[in-house]
Amino acid sequence: MDHLERLEAQSVFILREAYREFKDLAMLWSIGKDSTVLLWLARKAFFGHVPIPLVHIDTSFKIPAMIEYRDELAMRWNLNMVVGQNTEAVKKRQTFPDGGVSRMDCCRKLKSMALKNTLEGSWPRWVLDHETGKYVQEKDSKPYTGVIAGVRSDEEGSRSKERYFSPRDKENDWDVGDQPPELWNQFKTDFAPGTHVRVHPLLDWTELNIWQYIERENIPIIDLYFDQGDGTRYRSLGCGPCTKPVESTASNVHEIVEELTSGKFANIAERSGREQDKEDGNSLESLRRDGYM
Amino acid sequence: MNVVVIGHVDHGKSTVIGRLLADTGSLPEGKLEQVRENCRINSKPFEYAFLLDALKDEQSQGITIDSARCFFSSRKRDYIIIDAPGHVEFVKNMVTGAARAQAGLLVIDAKEGVQENSRRHGYLLSMLGINSIAVCVNKMDLVDYDQAVYESIVTEYREFLEKINLHPRVFVPASARDGEGITSFSENMSWYKGPDVLEVFDSFEQPAKKIDKPLRFPVQDIYRFTKEGDDRRIVAGRIETGEVKTGEDVMFLPSGKKSRIASVEAFNVSDKPTRAYTGQSTGFTLENQIYIRPGEVMVKESDPPCRTGTRFKANIFWLGRHPMIKDKRYKIKLAGARESVWLREVNTVLDASSLSASDKREQIERLDVAECVLETIKPLAFDIATEIAETGRFVIIDNYEISGGGIVLENEPEGKDRLTEHVEHRDNAWQRSDIAKDRRTARYNQRSALVLITGPADAGKSKLAKQLEASLFDSGRMVYYLGIANTMLGIDSDLNAGSKDEHIRRLGEISHLFNDAGLILIATASDIDDYEVNAIKKLNSPNDCVVVTIGEHRLNTEKSDLHVPDASKHNEVINTIREYLTEHKYLIEYYL
Repeated sequence: MDHLERLEAQSVFILREAYREFKDLAMLWSIGKDSTVLLWLARKAFFGHVPIPLVHIDTSFKIPAMIEYRDELAMRWNLNMVVGQNTEAVKKRQTFPDGGVSRMDCCRKLKSMALKNTLEGSWPRWVLDHETGKYVQEKDSKPYTGVIAGVRSDEEGSRSKERYFSPRDKENDWDVGDQPPELWNQFKTDFAPGTHVRVHPLLDWTELNIWQYIERENIPIIDLYFDQGDGTRYRSLGCGPCTKPVESTASNVHEIVEELTSGKFANIAERSGREQDKEDGNSLESLRRDGYM
Repeated sequence: MNVVVIGHVDHGKSTVIGRLLADTGSLPEGKLEQVRENCRINSKPFEYAFLLDALKDEQSQGITIDSARCFFSSRKRDYIIIDAPGHVEFVKNMVTGAARAQAGLLVIDAKEGVQENSRRHGYLLSMLGINSIAVCVNKMDLVDYDQAVYESIVTEYREFLEKINLHPRVFVPASARDGEGITSFSENMSWYKGPDVLEVFDSFEQPAKKIDKPLRFPVQDIYRFTKEGDDRRIVAGRIETGEVKTGEDVMFLPSGKKSRIASVEAFNVSDKPTRAYTGQSTGFTLENQIYIRPGEVMVKESDPPCRTGTRFKANIFWLGRHPMIKDKRYKIKLAGARESVWLREVNTVLDASSLSASDKREQIERLDVAECVLETIKPLAFDIATEIAETGRFVIIDNYEISGGGIVLENEPEGKDRLTEHVEHRDNAWQRSDIAKDRRTARYNQRSALVLITGPADAGKSKLAKQLEASLFDSGRMVYYLGIANTMLGIDSDLNAGSKDEHIRRLGEISHLFNDAGLILIATASDIDDYEVNAIKKLNSPNDCVVVTIGEHRLNTEKSDLHVPDASKHNEVINTIREYLTEHKYLIEYYL
């Protein structure tokens, strides 16, 4: 087995372990390359099926192509799609693009809070009706006790410390110093009522591994990652106003892999295009403590 | 390859890694400058360790509190480096980091020398099964690059490591702060002719391929996505060792059920594979539809099987806040199995840093390594860790927390099990009624017994049980139907999900009381297995238990007293059960 095969086998093992152990399980899908690889790995783990609902937080500022791509794949792969939003903040224009709040507060409101309340089922959730292709409000939204997320430890410092199975308490708090031991392939899957867990099957993958795998498996990835015709492309996807494309003419997966191995991005951190990371040295860590992915 | 770097606190692990990343050009552009700038702003001297300790509270305390992963590539291969904390309070984090690695680099401060933790860490690596190790004697600059100091550390530490069967490939002198011995050497240590740390990394060998070993496929789950139009019943899991092909005969342990591989299942492949091997997370369909549960281990009939049993001797490393004590129920996770487990004996407790052993201990304290005997109610399938590590190691859960890790040393002969001891003790102390059993039998026209109706979850068992109760009651019998919700929400209300064996134990005790009172008790149980039926029978003794299986027969060696394949015609089924009870003299008919 080569390195990618080993990574794949471990991620599939973790996904199956999560599916076995948690009754109310959801998987986060941001439409980006990592969580799309995660979705693909779920199809591997469950032999073509995705028996876990996919949660997407729509900030209302996502690039429109992302939403189109999401719904097209959801229909094609028969995905159980669940969408949440901080409709209140969007309506009241308490957002950074509307000039209402700072970038950090915007992330906190539209992403962290929306995610927390969507997972808890305390705010409305919308599910995709496969008959009509439209979203309808979910009845009886139950809290998810297990949540699978596509974070990688090479993204930034706090993520490099994550467990594959990482408990969060009622307040979503993450106690970095007192994490459960993970021995061999036994993870913490026993929980006192009130706690829930974040599952991270992609911790050991790097950005390059992700692209190599997309190439090997021929995973249909959103084309915002490729040259948009003006010599720029997105290297990481987020909200339109806060995610800048990078200058690159890579127009297919193979060219991206080249660019990352020997080309211009071989030594440049992936999130350098994200404005939110620059406001405070540890902004991501504090957002993550609040439940940000 | 995953390499863990460990050592006593302040011996310089993070600096070694920081240097390795910097000197191999593995840092993202600008990272080094950014950390230097941060140090300048905060008026503290720059350290390579800061490259790793990215978290706020780590920087303020200056120690690594949790293992971090970082990535780098040499010319030879890709590495994931695990920076494991050395502080004694964070041993569980260190163990977590080390458990992910295939090789280890132990770091020792040349000035401080071998510390308690240096020895403990060596022992833990040995227990975790990491045999490919090297030692870096760091901070040589603090001892003026003195070869004699280096040699004495090498001698002392090597002696200790050999005792625990660890044979370091090499000892490398270094001064990570100054970049000496990491990717190059200067004149300072011209007396040393061996490899630098980077070369040591490249010399680590991948653990031998485990394809030559017997097949071990712990069953993680059974999938059936019938609702999505998929009729495959797939046994899913990861092959820990060995390989298997379609058409080969396999056996599931501990149940002993046999079948043959019909297909190897895969997603997104042009040709379906006919073979699966070590390391693959895969799935199989079987030729005949035997009923198996997650936690069993699939082996090949042509290979040596796993051992099975309820007792084994093990080495345990205890991390829990509370000591591990006897007669407390813990949970063991071994390969795919999760079962209740008890500590039966503590043979010896070892101080991992001094290697001194003490016996006559009654419990296992935090950070103790103990040789002990464990017992489960249900048999487990396992291997001796030195033969097949993957199915020979386990963790112990105490009150939701992973509190210990261990390896199986050997089977322990089955002695008197806990349940038998319990029943004997109970029966000895039982306050027997002055009303003899046969007086009740005569009064009630019946011999008391438990009628246990088992079968798949959706087989209509409770409806049947209620009709049987009514039928017996109408003909004058003293009978009671114990609904599952009545126990779950009543006497079991303090149990959480996953305490099935405790539910079974309570069911056995309730039945014992009802039967002692002379009543016929009817109860149902879904997906019950042979061991659980046995436990109920044992607990209900000396009273009888009549096991009725309906629908798919899922018991294995345990034959049911009565098997009803088609449960849909309730009246017929009830008559069959009544006939059985009459024939076996539970329902006594007196003819005047």
